[in-house]
Amino acid sequence: MREKIIEAKNLTKWFPLKTGFFSSLIKKELFVKAVDGITFDIYNGEIFGLAGESGSGKTTTGKVIIRLIEPTGGKISFKGSEITSIAESRFKPFRKKLQIIFQDPYESLNPRMTINDIVSEPLAIHGISGEKEVLERVNKVMEDVQLIPPEEFLFRYPHELSGGQRQRVAVARALMLDPEFIVADEPVSMLDVSIRAEVLNLILELREKYNVSFLFITHDLALARNLCDRIAIMYLGKIVEMGNTDEVIVRNPLHPYTEALIRAVPVPDPTARRAEVVIKGEIPSPVNPPRGCRFHTRCPSYIGDICRTEEPPLIEVEKGHFVACHLYKSK
Amino acid sequence: MHIDQTIINLKSKIKAYINLHLMRKCKKGEQAVALLEVKNLTTYYRILRGDVKAVEGVTFNVEKGQALGLAGESGCGKTTIALSLLRILPSGGRIIGGEIILDGVNVVKLDESEMRKKIRWKKISLVFQGAMNAMNPVYKVGEQIVEAIRIHESNVGEKEAHERAGKLFELVGIEPSRLDNYPFEFSGGMRQRAMIAMAIACNPMLLIADEPVTALDVIVQTQVMKLLSELKEKLNMSMILITHDLSLIADTCEKTTIMYAGHIVESGDTVAIFKEPLHPYTGGLISAFPNIEGERMHMISIRGSPPDLLDPPSGCRFHPRCSYKKDICKKKRPPLIDIGKGHLVACHLISEKGKEEK
Repeated sequence: MREKIIEAKNLTKWFPLKTGFFSSLIKKELFVKAVDGITFDIYNGEIFGLAGESGSGKTTTGKVIIRLIEPTGGKISFKGSEITSIAESRFKPFRKKLQIIFQDPYESLNPRMTINDIVSEPLAIHGISGEKEVLERVNKVMEDVQLIPPEEFLFRYPHELSGGQRQRVAVARALMLDPEFIVADEPVSMLDVSIRAEVLNLILELREKYNVSFLFITHDLALARNLCDRIAIMYLGKIVEMGNTDEVIVRNPLHPYTEALIRAVPVPDPTARRAEVVIKGEIPSPVNPPRGCRFHTRCPSYIGDICRTEEPPLIEVEKGHFVACHLYKSK
Repeated sequence: MHIDQTIINLKSKIKAYINLHLMRKCKKGEQAVALLEVKNLTTYYRILRGDVKAVEGVTFNVEKGQALGLAGESGCGKTTIALSLLRILPSGGRIIGGEIILDGVNVVKLDESEMRKKIRWKKISLVFQGAMNAMNPVYKVGEQIVEAIRIHESNVGEKEAHERAGKLFELVGIEPSRLDNYPFEFSGGMRQRAMIAMAIACNPMLLIADEPVTALDVIVQTQVMKLLSELKEKLNMSMILITHDLSLIADTCEKTTIMYAGHIVESGDTVAIFKEPLHPYTGGLISAFPNIEGERMHMISIRGSPPDLLDPPSGCRFHPRCSYKKDICKKKRPPLIDIGKGHLVACHLISEKGKEEK
């Protein structure tokens, strides 16, 4: 078994809902249960996918894992050492190892900084300031993300670059400090189809070259399927299914929600007729999620009262393939 | 008494409505006729630094009851075509040349009031990109639909328009009672449904859907796309689906047109385009797409990025990114030639091959 790089146990993040002063006196406090008790491991050198509709808590999970926001409960371990309760001052060395690439390269780069400032800022923050050392590192990383020759890009501003190039700058910034784990939060959803592949191939390359592990957040199952080793499907703050990507998406999707998501993906082949999507409506509010199985309000294979009253646990149905649904019993 | 009268009135109106559709349906058996013919359309945007050549010499047809998919990267002129068809280009944008013939009328030549009275909404209507922001947040959804109906059909009364809005809501699968809600009370998918209801309010012949599902979730996306194709069948409308997502086109459109940097590079039957893409750009776009079925594949990107349309490349606009480029590609714009069965392609490689075979 490979080494675990990230272990998340029973992770929760509840955001308090702002209510008016008077209603806060009368009613009890309300929470948006963005992430509500999820458990998963990410192995060394793995690309772990996290998929689901918007509002299912994917991005919150990504941010909580590297403690950009503090979890409400649960534990996160990085290479065996717990990082949930470390004081911020002692957490700084870990920040080097845990990085993130944001969704929108048009928003995540400071428009008033040159590319050189952007990519070398992490070094300055972590006290690496030798002129030669910085220059060497910047050049190396720029070459890694194929912004070649680096001199041509370093003194430009973000608005002078195309979307794909900007996203590569964002990747370069994440790579500056030799991270071991990167959260990629929908890194290509804002990019054009024709240049998406280049960012995705870059991620694969980095994994090969530096053995970086990724948490790849996406809503596009076709993409996840082509990139991720294992995948977890989230719905309303819970993991409903988790396992090997080929197993979960292609060979044997178990949860009705996974199946619906897969069927909803359009296939770029005009002769293929796809099956009807059976689920109706949209994702319910995470403030007051349905009781029992959270998916029961939209589920096509609803089997009765048990779905409404009892929350299904995440059980291992086959080796490494977990599902949270009353249709399946553990072996 | 008064109420009875309105009900009878309404009933006859509905009957007329249905008859109209039945008639249109009967005609469907006949040979497909071009509803919209766009010939050599050229639209530029004037900015301080010169003209942005957003659309140049674009020619295509949309047949009655058919859907045309218009695909390409962002900035290739897809939306400009939609705006040109309705003549609602933002300031600075003008149609430089070409013809847009809708049902025998050249839309380019009409004046503003005629456009408003005859064409917009009644013949061509538009579902905007980003349903989230397309509605006015301070008016009720129902009021906005009623407004759209009454502006374009001045003989319709307030009450009747409201009834019609209710019917439209039923048609798109929303409870008519929700007409009294404000847009923020709707979810994204419902807002897009309401937008569609508004777009078909005056029974248009052509519906332009500009990236109708881009901002929506996969499952809701499928629901909305299904609704659009159902409505197209039911009302026998023609549709232009503008999207960068080729798989949506594969799913819903009979015809596909691929654009690059303001030019059409390939167009034809959807099946033909997907099965035998001829233009290197079309091939590139298709192989850049991940597929959930079949073997895991290595995605291939098209190197480089789209050109600056202020100063587009000479000759074939795709040549700086094309891996098959020859000398002629830099010098001469390839014409759009028919290689059989209505499959058109603009590429020197293909036209030369044709010559050799002859």
